[in-house]
Amino acid sequence: MSAETARLRAKTWICATVVVLSNVFGNFFLKRGMPASLPTPLAYIAALFQPWVALGVLLLITWMLSRMTLLSWADLSYVLPVTSIGYVLVALVGKLFLHEEISLKRWAGIVLIMAGVALVGAGSSVQTAPRSQEPAR
Amino acid sequence: MKFLLLGIIVAATAVGEVLAAMGMRRHGEIRDFRPGALGRAAATLTRNRFVIGYVVCMAIPFFAFMRLLTITNLSYAVPATAATCALETVMAKYVLKEHVNWLRWAGAALVICGVTLVSL
Repeated sequence: MSAETARLRAKTWICATVVVLSNVFGNFFLKRGMPASLPTPLAYIAALFQPWVALGVLLLITWMLSRMTLLSWADLSYVLPVTSIGYVLVALVGKLFLHEEISLKRWAGIVLIMAGVALVGAGSSVQTAPRSQEPAR
Repeated sequence: MKFLLLGIIVAATAVGEVLAAMGMRRHGEIRDFRPGALGRAAATLTRNRFVIGYVVCMAIPFFAFMRLLTITNLSYAVPATAATCALETVMAKYVLKEHVNWLRWAGAALVICGVTLVSL
């Protein structure tokens, strides 16, 4: 593995970790603060000012920005499976903190998702072709 | 209602993420993570029409997701939206012209099977 490939891979894993954690906890806080129903369009806006929901939105903005950063050098078809570990973590967070039920089928799904992530993460390069380093004008 | 919301989330997210990938590819690799450099990158990105399209597209699934969270569990809502994986991998291959080798297809297929089981 060349130094450039190693640099890119390390940078990718750091950024992917930020993407995954901000998404998982963003969604968790969103669910935690979400009212039982949203009957009117105004209720959606009002919900955004609930403290937990606001924290969730802040983390989801972090998720969007870090995902865009990751996409500045990595292929979308690489980013998708690698960040899918978030689906597993969300299920775990739901069980641990929101006391949601997770059936055997869901655990089996979690194992398959992790296998898919491992396959893509370990077995292919981060990008199809090297990207430019200068922003386009 | 649940499946209508999921359909909206999946379709808008897939289009949004492809736009984000196009916009960021056009921008180039972000290498400098100092606050000033990140601010300059953000300023450049506000003029990137693909990125603007991405932000607009992601607002739709955000509000649909808020509604979905009021009627389902978190451990259902998030994994179920991973159906975007399938759509986006196909779009990555045919719209973004990425080299999707058999490992990526296999990985994406496993993720999709896993997500299907999680959301059942």
